[in-house]
Amino acid sequence: MRTADLFVFGLKALGGARLRTALMLLSMTIGVGAVVMLTALGEGARRYVVESFSDLGTHLLIVLPGRSETTGTAPPMMGETPRDLTLNDAIALGRGRDVEFVAPLMIGSAPASSGGRLRDLTVVGSTWELQPVRHLRVRQGGFLPRGDADRASPVVVLGEKTLKELFGNQNPLGAWIRLGDRRFRVIGVLEPLGQSVGTDFSDIAIIPVASAQALFNSSSLFRILVQAKGRERIPKAREFILDTIRARHEGEEDVTVIAQDALLSTFDGILRALTYTVGAIAAVSLAVAGILIMNVMLVAVSQRTQEIGLLKALGASQRQVLGLFLAESALLSVLGAFTGLLAAQGVIWGVARLYPAFPIAAPLWAPIAAASVAVASGLLFGWLPARRASRLDPVLALAGG
Amino acid sequence: MIRLEGIDRSFQVGGEWVHALREISLEIPAGDYVAIMGPSGSGKSTLLNVIGLLDRPDRGRYLLGGVDAAGLTEEGRADLRRDKIGFVFQSFHLISRLTAAENVELPLVLAGTEPRVREARVAELLQQLNLSDRARHRPDQLSGGQRQRVAIARALAMRPAVLLADEPTGNLDLTSGREVVEILEGMNAKGITLLVVTHDPAIGGRAHRRIRMVDGLVEEGA
Repeated sequence: MRTADLFVFGLKALGGARLRTALMLLSMTIGVGAVVMLTALGEGARRYVVESFSDLGTHLLIVLPGRSETTGTAPPMMGETPRDLTLNDAIALGRGRDVEFVAPLMIGSAPASSGGRLRDLTVVGSTWELQPVRHLRVRQGGFLPRGDADRASPVVVLGEKTLKELFGNQNPLGAWIRLGDRRFRVIGVLEPLGQSVGTDFSDIAIIPVASAQALFNSSSLFRILVQAKGRERIPKAREFILDTIRARHEGEEDVTVIAQDALLSTFDGILRALTYTVGAIAAVSLAVAGILIMNVMLVAVSQRTQEIGLLKALGASQRQVLGLFLAESALLSVLGAFTGLLAAQGVIWGVARLYPAFPIAAPLWAPIAAASVAVASGLLFGWLPARRASRLDPVLALAGG
Repeated sequence: MIRLEGIDRSFQVGGEWVHALREISLEIPAGDYVAIMGPSGSGKSTLLNVIGLLDRPDRGRYLLGGVDAAGLTEEGRADLRRDKIGFVFQSFHLISRLTAAENVELPLVLAGTEPRVREARVAELLQQLNLSDRARHRPDQLSGGQRQRVAIARALAMRPAVLLADEPTGNLDLTSGREVVEILEGMNAKGITLLVVTHDPAIGGRAHRRIRMVDGLVEEGA
């Protein structure tokens, strides 16, 4: 028998039991679709996190006030609060040989007003170095001016959304806005960058760190971002930071330094594992679909007993009958896998359109693995019914038993 | 052509052993027209199934066209069945989802014949059996006589040497039955060996030779 005829016969047989075929295809479609969609979501989450962290720069070290103890002795008896990080700490860190940029960060909230419009804003105090460290791009005007970090000039750089809310479509450059009880001149507008871990950069106002200290009447920094001169210099930079802070804080190592790099690979690993897990759970539905194929094919074999007897009377060998029924299972699983991939692609496309910021995408292995598992389970579970068909006694089969 | 020597066949039906064929020896030369008659349960269908290689005898020798069927594997028997034997059944056994032409084509498909050759052969057969205008109809759109004619066309597709018909008119009215018998006899006239199982004496009377079966034994009639 020619292979093409084998599949044509199988297609006609499937066409002869439309409802059953449609239900089978549906279950395969759901199985394959689920594997691809769920891995795409997992992969999307992984990319989202990785991309967000990459926005921060990968040679980045984050200095947080306070020490997170993972080893060591019992806590000190005397109550001890960590010293604040100050602007002078940040300036001292800037002297390191392995340090390229230091951006002190202060974050607070302040009421902003301009021409009668009033709104609460997230205000970030920093220096010009925040721009290279966070890869910020300026759309109009300029960023914070270079110069001494402790100079409190009354200038502000606005995020995209803040700008719209305060100025509508007017040109904001050179205009004055009021933040709290102080006035600031708008010198620049940021390009929309989207979400960056923790902060939505379109929804803020950036002012010099010294101005922020005055505005919030506080000298303690939220954190200090330090960019090393290269990836390989991160350990040295970290050592320098700890040495410097210890020297400045009377021998206490009361800060935590997080390497962006390590954090990134940790998250990457966790989310990758999560994607595999979710994919494997979805693969269970493929096994279920495989068992459904077996069930349906067993029903087909018992409903088509007479046909099998006839085929044998017409000279079909056991191998041919086996082949005919296996071809049907194979067609079911291949078609199901195909529609499943299409459905998954459709959903992924839809999600990508609805949430453009979420980088949903199936990793290349997902559709390949899903389709091959589907076809393999179709053949595996189709084997038993096909073998049963091939072994039917022709005389009994023709009699309908 | 067909030679049976001491064929024995028994099987279990509902816990009881039925001795369907007892020491049957029979010779049917090529081109013969034989009616196998007898009451139901006498073993005539079993005999037909053994001759048609659908059933294997427990004992005895069966030679078909000089080939010893007992020595063949399952696959070998399937090949022999495909090439040498055409079946016509009482209940037609057409596949309901296939058209008349596709049903006729089936043996050729199983044999792996080229599509172009198949097409020509099917057209020829349908024409021969006066079914050309029914080629695209499914069995449920055909009358009983037409269905049996499709089944005969299918049986003839591989140009078999032997045509085995098990009560071919059993499900047909008189007119269609007569038509079907005439077609079968026409094939016999062209040289095909024809074996008909029937309990209709009118059909049995037309055969060149009659075999009566009673309780698994053969009684040769006139």
